[in-house]
Amino acid sequence: MLRFILTRVSLIIPTFIGITLLAFFLIRLVPGDPIETLAGERGIDPARHEQLRKEYGFDQPIFVQYGIYLSRVLQGDLGKSMITQEPVLNEFSSLFPATVELAFCAIIFALVLGLPAGIIAAIRRNSIFDHGVMGISLAGYSMPIFWWGLILILLFSVQFDLTPVSGRIDVLYYIEPITGFLLIDTLLSDEPEAFWSAVRHLILPTIVLGTVPLAVIARMTRSAMLEVLGEDYIRTAKAKGLTRFRIVALHALRNALIPVVTVIGLQVGVLFTGAILTETIFSWPGVGKWLIDAIFRRDYPVLQGGALLLGVVVMSVNLLVDLAYGLINPRIRHTR
Amino acid sequence: MTTEIMEAPAVAAPTATPPHPLREFWSYFSANHGAVAGLVVIVAVVIVALLADVIAPHSPYVTDTAIALKPPFWQEGGSLAYPLGTDPIGRDILSRMIYGARLSLLIGIVVVAISIVIGTVLGLVAGFYRGLTEIFIMRLMDIVLTLPSLLLAIVIVAVLGPGLMNAMLAVALVILPHYVRLARAAVITETSKDYVMAARVSGAGTMRLMFKEVLPNCTAPLIVQASLGISTAILDAAALGFLGLGAQPPSPEWGTMLADAREFVLRAWWVVTFPGLAILITVLAFNLLGDGLRDALDPKLKRS
Repeated sequence: MLRFILTRVSLIIPTFIGITLLAFFLIRLVPGDPIETLAGERGIDPARHEQLRKEYGFDQPIFVQYGIYLSRVLQGDLGKSMITQEPVLNEFSSLFPATVELAFCAIIFALVLGLPAGIIAAIRRNSIFDHGVMGISLAGYSMPIFWWGLILILLFSVQFDLTPVSGRIDVLYYIEPITGFLLIDTLLSDEPEAFWSAVRHLILPTIVLGTVPLAVIARMTRSAMLEVLGEDYIRTAKAKGLTRFRIVALHALRNALIPVVTVIGLQVGVLFTGAILTETIFSWPGVGKWLIDAIFRRDYPVLQGGALLLGVVVMSVNLLVDLAYGLINPRIRHTR
Repeated sequence: MTTEIMEAPAVAAPTATPPHPLREFWSYFSANHGAVAGLVVIVAVVIVALLADVIAPHSPYVTDTAIALKPPFWQEGGSLAYPLGTDPIGRDILSRMIYGARLSLLIGIVVVAISIVIGTVLGLVAGFYRGLTEIFIMRLMDIVLTLPSLLLAIVIVAVLGPGLMNAMLAVALVILPHYVRLARAAVITETSKDYVMAARVSGAGTMRLMFKEVLPNCTAPLIVQASLGISTAILDAAALGFLGLGAQPPSPEWGTMLADAREFVLRAWWVVTFPGLAILITVLAFNLLGDGLRDALDPKLKRS
């Protein structure tokens, strides 16, 4: 077991180095002088230029520069935003909970709808319900979510005036960030109305971000269930005279869920990609919108540090999923 | 004399010969209604793209503020001259969508062509040479796969500068690992087979083995992945366009059209509805086609 954990953990080292290399070369590939790139459009006086050159080690050979960069990153120093002068790590950690909250709600939404839909579609194979689920999930899988978000705004916010168009909560409320997750913070505060405001702001972004995972989970659950339902032990269970519900819920589902759990883990990367688009549409103050804003402000330290941090987060989640998968399925543990 | 012998079996037993591979493929493929529907839509989009100059009622670029934000013809204030309405600066939406079809197909094909060529070569090299070369290539691909695809594309575009060409390069790089993995996996299964050994024994060089012997036998999964790749490419390029990092205005790329019209969504539903619908339908068609091709070409890959 220990050996399994150690191999998996050691496998992420090259990935981590790859991500840091990418972030490192990002600044250097931007056409022009890197110091001027870092300093922004206002320019910089020659003395300060020279000082910064020394500070960042641009006068050193490239691999020494990378060493300096890597040691800074490992100490948690990702540079400062050119616009706000705040350390990139601080900005990231103050915005990240908003993204996590949205992503978490989206995956719950996808699971709550996707698992039952996939299970029922598999049990009633080739029924109208099955075809409907497969059709909808194919559409969901092909969905340009940036357009989907605008359409939902048109329907729910403009036509029926049910949900707000943007933001995380009404500007009326000021909620002291305790956990950073608004749903929890508003419950802790003494304003019950604020909680409902936060919920209403979450509905549309959750649906938009959850659509692609929902489609993937429904498809995957259905095919995993179909595979398991054809196994011998299901026939045995039927022959024993067990009820249909017992067969599905106890015998089939537990085995079918193994591939589904992996797929859910792999959706984390998809969620962060989707979060960039979703946050842009709904002006959701998370890391995705922050990164896009950084591009247009030419705030390269934010882009560099933000991309690195997001990459590391996705890498770590994938590792955790891998380890969890090895824990529940001994066959995986012993293959490598 | 010889001709008689050659012809005799062909005439005598036409039913005994196996069906032509293409015919066999078609009988599998046409049984899948979704795939046929996808193919029909794709053919239609291709025709629209090719004949854009003929069928588009207006120029996609000419602006006329006098007719700005006209609704589609079935709504009050709309006219048949601008069937799907006009955008905030008075350009015909239908015409822009027709020219956009050209761009989207071009994006899909160019992106997949770039990554299929580079990916297949890398995969063949990894599969044939094994050892350090393989580890290096595959680890690199794993890194690309680890990062969220759009994030990587965004970072690349941010470095190279926004624009259609850079967006296409970024998307091509992002979908590259799929082709590398496929080609490598196919090479590893194929090289253990007898015909490759036979070719090797008869003195075929590595290049010949790679491109003449093995490659033709792993085209099926590559074709399937190409069809699915086109849908990803169109979707990701449109997403970049929407974020303002892909094709730049006034280009009639569908994602860019959405970005242009975004702020008018509350006043004019048609400016965002139609371009997005075009993306959805085209992407859906390529996904349906890909699923159908997978079932027909490669029953081993058949899922669900």
